[in-house]
Amino acid sequence: MQNEHTTIEFPPETLALVNRIIKRYPEGRQKSALLPLLHIAQSENKGWLSTEMMDYVAILLDIQPIEVYEVASFYSMFNLEPVGNCLIEVCQTGPCWLCGAEEILAHFEKRLGIKSGETTADGRFSLKTVECLAACGNAPVIQVGTDYHENLNIQKVDELLDTWQAENKNSHSNPYL
Amino acid sequence: MATKILLENIEAPGLATFDCYRKLGGYASVEKALKSLSPDSITQEVLKSGLRGRGGAGFPTGMKWNFIDKKSDKPHYFICNFDESEPGTFKDRHIGQLNPHQLIEGMILGSYALGARSAYIYIRGELFYVLNIIEKAIDEAYQKGFLGENIMGSGYSLDLYCQPGGGAYICGEETALIESLEGKRGNPRIKPPFPALVGLYNCPTVVNNVETIANLPWIINHGADAYAALGTLKSKGTKLISACGHINKPGIYEIELGLPVEEFIYSDEYCGGIRNGNQLKAVVAGGSSVPILPAELILKTAKGEPRLLSYESLEEGGFQTGTMLGSGGFIVMDHTACIVKNLLTFARFYHHESCGQCSPCREGTGWMEKILRRIEAGKGSMKEIDLLADIAKHIDGTTICPLGDAAAWPVSSAIRHFRSEFEEHIIQQKCPFTK
Ligand SMILES: Cc1cc2nc3c(=O)[nH]c(=O)nc-3n(C[C@H](O)[C@H](O)[C@H](O)COP(=O)(O)O)c2cc1C
Ligand code: FES
Repeated sequence: MQNEHTTIEFPPETLALVNRIIKRYPEGRQKSALLPLLHIAQSENKGWLSTEMMDYVAILLDIQPIEVYEVASFYSMFNLEPVGNCLIEVCQTGPCWLCGAEEILAHFEKRLGIKSGETTADGRFSLKTVECLAACGNAPVIQVGTDYHENLNIQKVDELLDTWQAENKNSHSNPYL
Repeated sequence: MATKILLENIEAPGLATFDCYRKLGGYASVEKALKSLSPDSITQEVLKSGLRGRGGAGFPTGMKWNFIDKKSDKPHYFICNFDESEPGTFKDRHIGQLNPHQLIEGMILGSYALGARSAYIYIRGELFYVLNIIEKAIDEAYQKGFLGENIMGSGYSLDLYCQPGGGAYICGEETALIESLEGKRGNPRIKPPFPALVGLYNCPTVVNNVETIANLPWIINHGADAYAALGTLKSKGTKLISACGHINKPGIYEIELGLPVEEFIYSDEYCGGIRNGNQLKAVVAGGSSVPILPAELILKTAKGEPRLLSYESLEEGGFQTGTMLGSGGFIVMDHTACIVKNLLTFARFYHHESCGQCSPCREGTGWMEKILRRIEAGKGSMKEIDLLADIAKHIDGTTICPLGDAAAWPVSSAIRHFRSEFEEHIIQQKCPFTK
């Protein structure tokens, strides 16, 4: 798959994965691979989908760029603006709220000095509220990359943040690999 | 000992591996089916078992399979709905991460019965780590000859794939799921035609929930009669209840349908009672979409009979005094919980998740969130309680898919049963539960 319009090119290992995924659907239905590809594309682009990256995905799937934009903007896991190296997603729906999610969010905001929806000035952390993550029995819950962190309390949040700060956490690895 | 179909071996170390699962009797139903049962006889068995869909709507599974267009020469598809996005519901994740082979075994049975050569497990994108566990199990099943070409020399071939979602509750609705699997926005389709006639790639398609599918191996192994012997008249078998909120032991419990709600909440075998010895105030029994009930109505029906965990008992009294089993997401609130604030989180959820196709849902969910935000902050007026109820009434039943209803029911039921709590917010001009 040669691309003429962009300078983006996935590494060979990623392209091999993309080709394996496209084969899962019947002939002519390669557009079905769009969501898997957007997850991969986002991970290859520091956690967000630039227009250039979405155009590249359109080329890979032989569809119009608009078909990619309209899908990317529909689903909440796709970020259309840059995000920090480590994106922290805090569940805020009823069951998590009943078990103290607001305190957890407030503590993240205090420690990082940002509000939900913002990124720290050094670009290392972003904070985002999300809806029910299907882990309500272990509320409060957050997600970072593909990892769930459950049964949170203030002390655990401090431990997690200390670790991530020390290791310069990056949450945007390819979810398939 | 109560019969367990879904959690029988859930604590066995290494259950997610083929070898462990196989040693515990796994894939026996596939051997039995491919050697000695016709696709139709499997459908008949599932129909006779009385199994009802566990995704929320409770539609009889065998009946749904019978709608499939058998005369169509197009390919047939079987899809597993692993979107698990209804707040309060966290049971499918449990199966997927700990017992993926039971799901795969069920997928093979369903696909064989429906004549599908390709099947997909559509799993919400947030659960990518579970997708990876399932893909690993699928790889093993291929290696061992339970998937792929000519399974066990039967002549039947099946390919099974996982597909991630992108973060959208609406993609749990089966036609939105199909759109999403085609690489589109998750906009529900107008029904009819139903997916059994026009589904994935316009081909005959059945979509079933993870838990529904995970029941199939047991039904084929033990027979429909054994399954139908469990549960109540209209609610056969067992059900996973995911219990959360203000209880001592949140978690996933497999109950035989018909268990008294009181026993479920207070027995140490299940929820273990209300945390800190607090009082039970309210329960949302079947995921955020079903009507909330106050303590007295969840423990007993309006007629004074014990309320049971079954489709018919939870529905007893209709929406005036009853609710629904839904997905089995059981959210418990004690006397310290603010009903209005909890409802506000639900309203925000539905507003965020509305796909935007239908005006009553797109606009109405936004208004409901806005009004609830005002009331919760102590800035509402008495008139707004009626306005809220009115908006909910006008969303209910006026949309392409039931997301609108799902957004309306929590609001109308909270006003019906807890009106005084809304009024307290307005009189005190603040949330009475904040110190
Ligand atoms: C807004 C909405 C969300 C839904 N979410 C889910 C879900 O997350 N998982 C699920 O299995 N069914 C969900 N459903 C129900 C599906 O539309 C469908 O009824 C179900 O997949 C059928 O499978 P079953 O008969 O095995 O339950 C949802 C329905 C609606 C209207
Ligand atoms: S409400 Fe947070 S995981 Fe369900």
